[in-house]
This record gives sequence, C-alpha cells and structure tokens, in this order.
Amino acid sequence: MPGVGAVASYGRRMDDVIDIRGLHKSFGSTQALDGLDLSVATGEVHGFLGPNGAGKSTTIRVLLGLLRADAGTVRLFGGDPWRDAAELHRRLAYVPGDVNLWPTLTGGEVIDLLGRLRGGLDERRRADLIERFELDPTKKGRAYSKGNRQKVALVAALASDVELLVLDEPTSGLDPLMEAVFTECIDDFKDEGRSVLLSSHILAEVERLCDRVSIIRSGRAVESGTLADLRHLTRTSVAAEVATQPSGLEGLVGVHDLVVEGHRVLFEVDTDHLGSAIDALGRFGIRTLTSQPPTLEELFMRHYGDDATAEATA
Amino acid sequence: MTGTGIFVRTFLRRDRWMLFWWILGGTVLYFSQAPSVDATYTSQAEFDTAAASMEGNVALIAMTGPARALNTVGGQVAWQAMAFGAVVAGLMSMFIVGRHTRAEEESGRDELVRSTAVGRYAPIVAALAVAAVANVLMGVLITLSLLGYGLAVAGSISIGLALTLTGLTFTGVALVAAQLTDGTRAMYGITGAVIGVAYVLRAIGDVTENGLSWLSPIGWGQAMRPYAGELWWPAVIPVVATALLVVAGLALFGRRDVGAGMWAARPGPARGRGSSLGLAWRLQAGSVIGWTLGVFLLGLSFGSIGNDVEEIMGSSDATAELLQASGDLSAAFYAFAIVMIALIGSGFTISSALRPLGEEDAGRVEAMLATSLPRQGWLMGHVSVTVLGTAIVLLAGATGLGLGFALVTGDSGAFARYPEAMVPYVAPVLLLAAVARLLHGVVPRLAFLAWVGLAVCVVVMFFGQLLSFPQWLIDVSPFSHLALTPAEDARWGPVVVVAVVAAVLSVTGQVGFRRRDVLTT
Repeated sequence: MPGVGAVASYGRRMDDVIDIRGLHKSFGSTQALDGLDLSVATGEVHGFLGPNGAGKSTTIRVLLGLLRADAGTVRLFGGDPWRDAAELHRRLAYVPGDVNLWPTLTGGEVIDLLGRLRGGLDERRRADLIERFELDPTKKGRAYSKGNRQKVALVAALASDVELLVLDEPTSGLDPLMEAVFTECIDDFKDEGRSVLLSSHILAEVERLCDRVSIIRSGRAVESGTLADLRHLTRTSVAAEVATQPSGLEGLVGVHDLVVEGHRVLFEVDTDHLGSAIDALGRFGIRTLTSQPPTLEELFMRHYGDDATAEATA
Repeated sequence: MTGTGIFVRTFLRRDRWMLFWWILGGTVLYFSQAPSVDATYTSQAEFDTAAASMEGNVALIAMTGPARALNTVGGQVAWQAMAFGAVVAGLMSMFIVGRHTRAEEESGRDELVRSTAVGRYAPIVAALAVAAVANVLMGVLITLSLLGYGLAVAGSISIGLALTLTGLTFTGVALVAAQLTDGTRAMYGITGAVIGVAYVLRAIGDVTENGLSWLSPIGWGQAMRPYAGELWWPAVIPVVATALLVVAGLALFGRRDVGAGMWAARPGPARGRGSSLGLAWRLQAGSVIGWTLGVFLLGLSFGSIGNDVEEIMGSSDATAELLQASGDLSAAFYAFAIVMIALIGSGFTISSALRPLGEEDAGRVEAMLATSLPRQGWLMGHVSVTVLGTAIVLLAGATGLGLGFALVTGDSGAFARYPEAMVPYVAPVLLLAAVARLLHGVVPRLAFLAWVGLAVCVVVMFFGQLLSFPQWLIDVSPFSHLALTPAEDARWGPVVVVAVVAAVLSVTGQVGFRRRDVLTT
C-alpha cells in the first residue's frame, strides 16, 4: 500500500491506463479545468468525485478526445487521446452522463450499433446483460425513461470486450436493484484485471467499488489516493470513559475539539496521531473506548465545504 | 381551463417571429399575384388569349384549381394563389398545433408545465387559439391587401375567408393527428398526408369535374368562387368540419394518457445491423424521400405547361428580362425552370449539410465518437447523404420536368434533355452545402448563415438582371457562371471550377471539424 507521500507526489507508473497532468481547459472566459492531475492504474477501479460543475465531465471528454486540452499532458493507454482517438477507443467503452438516443431507433439497435463501432460485442454477455438489467430492447429511443436510456448505454459498454470502462455517473437514473446489478457487473469486470474510471455522486457505491478515489473541485484535484490513504489525512472521532480525571490532553499534537465532562472525553484526532493520543489516554485508565474512522461522506464534505479552496491552496 | 390565458400569451411570445413570417409569406403569395398579372399582359386582348389557353390546360387546372374568370385580375389571383395558399395555411396550422402539443409532450417539458396549477385542457386549447388567431390574421391581411390593390370587395372578403376556414380545418386535422401517435414527426407525417390527399382530390376533381373536389378542404375554399360570382354557403362545410374535428380531437385527448398516443407505440427490432454510414442514411431517409417526391412534382408541374409558355407567360419585357431570353421564350423558360428546381432543391442540400450539427447539438454524437469510429468517418456518412441525396433530388426534379413536358407535347426527347441540363447544376448546389460544411466545421454557432448563401443566389437569379446589380455581386452566385442549359450548350469549365471550390471548402470544413471541440451539452 503506497504511503501518503507517494500519493501526494503522484508518481508516474508505466502501467497507468490514464495519466493526466496539469490539464487546463477553458470555454471562453470560463475556466473549467485548472491544472488537473489524475492517474488510473491498470486493474483498478478509480472513483472520480466532485461537486456539480467541478469539471468531471469535461475531464472525461478531454480524455476521450472530444475536447482539446488547452495545456497539460493527457495520456490514455500511453497514447494521445486527441490524435489517436479512434485507435485508442477500441480498447475502452464509455457511458455518458446524459444518454441521448435517436427517437426512432430501438434500444437493441443502438446497442448493436455502438458495439459494432467498438469492434464487436460478446453475444452471450449481451443477452445476459439485457436479462440482468431487465431491459426491453424493442422499445424506441423516445419511449425510454432516463434509467432505461442509461441501461442501453451500460449494456452496450459492458458487452464490449474492452480494457477500460469510462463511466460518467452511470447509475444516477437506476433504481437500487439495478444499482446492485451494476455493482456486480463492475466486480466481474474488475476481476478480469480490467480498469474503470467511475465518476459518481453515490458515495456508498464509490466506497464499495473503488480502489482509489480522486476528489476534484473547481477544476483541480484536491485529494487523491486509496480510501485508507485519504482517511489518514482526516480525523478520527474518539469517545472514551476513563478511570481518573484526565488532564493535559489539550497539549497533544493533532487533537482537536476536545471536550472533557468529568470522566468522559470526546475529541477528534488527526488519524496519523491516533496512536499517541490513545497512549496518552491510557494513562488515565480507559474504561470504554469508541473510535469512528471518517466516512467518505465526511471526506467529501470536508473538500466540498466552502473552506476547501483555502485548504487546498494552503 | 385554468391558465389558458397564460399559455396563449406564452405561445404567442414564443412564436411571434415564426407567425410573422408565415403570415407575411401567405399574404405576399396572394397579393403578389395581382401586380404580376397586371404587369404580364399589355392589353386585354392578350389577357383574353392567355386566359383561353389556360382554361384549356388540364395540367395547370390540376395544379391550381377550377378555371373561373381567368381574364380578370381577381380571377387570376384566386386561381393562382388559393390552392397553394391553402397548403401554406395548412402547414402553418400543423406546425403551431404540433409544436405546442405533441412536441412538448415528446420532449417531456409538458410534464413539468402540467405539474403546475393548470387545467388539463389549457395547453391544447391555447394551441388551438393561437392557430385560430394566425389563420384569421392571415385571412384578414389577404383581404385588406387585395382591397388595397383595388380588387372587388365581395371577392376580397371571400378569398380571405376561404383561406381562414381552410386553415382552421387543417388545424382540426392536426389536432386529431396529434392524439393518434406519440411522435411529433409521425404527427406531421399524418397531417401532411391529409393536406396532400386534399390537394390531389381537388386536382382530380377539378380536371374531371366529377364532384371529387367537394371531398377536399382545399376544394371547399375554392367552391366559394372569389371574384367569380361569390357563393357563401360553402363556407358552412369547413365550419362544421372544424367543429367536428376539434370536438373529436379534444375527446381523444381526454381519453388518453399524457405523453402517449391513441395508437400504442409498436415495438421495433431487438437487433440492429446498422453502421455509422447506415445510420446517417436512415436518419436522413425521410428528408431525401420527401424532397425527391416534392421536387419531382414541382418539375412535373413546370413540364406540364408544355409549349403554352408564350401564351401563359405573356410577351412583356419584364417576362423576357426575367428569363434572360433573347429568342425562343419557351427554351428560355425551361432553362429558367431548371435553375428554379436547382435552387429549391438546395433547400434539401443545406438542411442535409447541417444535419450533423443537429446531431451534435442533440448530444447524440458523444457516445458514437467514443468508439473506434473516427470523427472523419462519422462526418463522411452524412456528407455522402448530402452529395448523393442532392443528385437524386435534382435529377428527380428534372426527370419530372421531362416527364411532364413529354406527356403534354409528345416530345420524348424531353426525358433525356432536362436531366442532362440539370447535371451541371449539381456543382453550384453542392457549393452551398460546402459553405454549410465550412461553417459547421469552423464556426458552428454561425452555421445558420449557410441559408444566407442560398438567399443571395435566389436574389441574384431573380433580380440581378432586372435591377441591374453590379457585376461583382452577380458573380458571387455560383449559378451565374453556368450556361443556361438546355437553352445554351453546357460549358464545363465553370462547372469544374465551382466543383473544385466546393471540394476545397468542404474539405476545409471537415478538417476544421476534426480539430475543434465536439459540441457537448
């Protein structure tokens, strides 16, 4: 497991399927991406998180060669996604955030069209996915709901024989049962050693599926690493009951928001200093102890909060 | 019905420019006939000769309507404008009703609006009200403009009223059609087919005089005989028909689910064998077929004038100058007809050239370009439709012209003569497409300017000689550089130059498209 330092320094590895450094992209006077870094290693499921308008979809479109980078380097399978778009696209499948279908084509026709354009579909998998997602492939594009349009794109993507899935909020229209099917499908995909870039707002899904996550805000990556790494960067809540009246805890490195009520102690501690804080607490005789690792939700809130920009630039 | 007033105001606001152009166009269609008839004939004797010739021309009667009082200006206005005017009012009504009912339902916007405190029937009644207002306005303006020209009062009122009532009948047809299917395009198809059948019924009825015209809403209007001994009672028929259609439409609407059609959506194939090229053709097939048929019929109607050109067009200087004719008026007229067909066919070409932009705007390109399909390959599919479709549409028009001419005159050489004369014009029409491609590839936001290119060519063609435009302005239109085939022999030099310019612009546009950001939503 790479340490915090390795995460922060963003070591380039040869086996990264996606490697973006210092990516800038603006639309007119709007700065959409402002020096974004992102790397996805082969075989990992990478969560891509950020508030609305943070630049997730723009990043993905640059990665697909639909938009041209203003500055920075973007490598997809080691190649240039702008110059070699079609060639590189043979090896990936994409599900857009907004799936727009042709009103007169049926879902089945769209799946076959996209599959053929990617270089072929696995027939057995296609049939299996249609059944698992309970998709009616004979309906016309205009008759599908948002969730069903998404299923069309998902079936087309998952039935293709590719090395990388690029998914832009793929489950935002799916019901919980279908979300579970999606999770299974991604697990299967990952078990075959293939990679996924998953942009999502559903934190439970990210927590369940992703090996690493990148959190972006205002066009920049503010945090990146495994969930364990990210937890190191945040605080753990500790609640304890001790035998004797505690004192001197205020002075401990990394302890915040300390509350002492008689023999009860509540505080937050930087996860790196958890050990020393518990040692200090032990001197007063621990009777009960609960410690709560930070949830992804808290990580998220911390980076989305108004003070996040200040912290990120600090 | 709560909220009907708000809807009416919103629709009028959304549609104000569209309505302005439709109503203006319809009014000009009627009004412009009067001065043009006056300018064509220099004496009443000439007018009488022309009228006698027209009365005997079955093809013209099939195109326009029953021949009545053709040696008067009013009679000519009614004869030449009413059938086309009815089609204009019908199409306008169809688009008004469609865009505020079925199109809104299909897009899902209707749902949002209906979740507010509005009555179930409010949007649909408001759409009907707007269509009614538009038809009444068009009728009133036609009446006023013709009165202003000095035509008889009764006839002017009759002709405007006939237009309004026909338009209202087609409004009712559109309303019923909007209840039947769940697709806007299908609804337009049904309504358009009804308008087409109405036109054909009255064409057959007017030629054979067997009463078939009484089955056609267009025939009802013409039965009112403006400027030819007005009859008022036929006005009752469209009033009753409109009332029945509106009641039926509202009843159907009351029985169906919002968003659904009376005809359940049919399932389609679960498998597809399409490619990107196949998809481009499939998406544009309706347009290619529709334009091919329409332009073919246009050519047919030109051709069916046969050798009566001189009698019908008159021999005034204005006619001669418009046709740029030095000698044979008939040959000059058909050379002009070829250019007309080419210019009208350009409508297909430009809309087809802009179709990829429409696909991009609708967000349907992203997923396709994220496959191994190169941008160039995707675009070439649509380019192939534009190029081949243009050839098909233009040659269909010229073939129709040849067929019509051959049927009327028995001159079988016309079959080959007119299509051959059309071949050089494929180049300037494709140049207009190339301008569209260049704009699409380089400055997609200004792509609508491609239509300005066509407008310039049309203005130069019709007014360039007449108003003595400066030569450089005339030279801007690629059409100006071509020989007036078949009156003159084809000159291939200019054709090749125009074709090369078109190819260069198109390729530049395609390269531009490869180098720019894909439009995303």
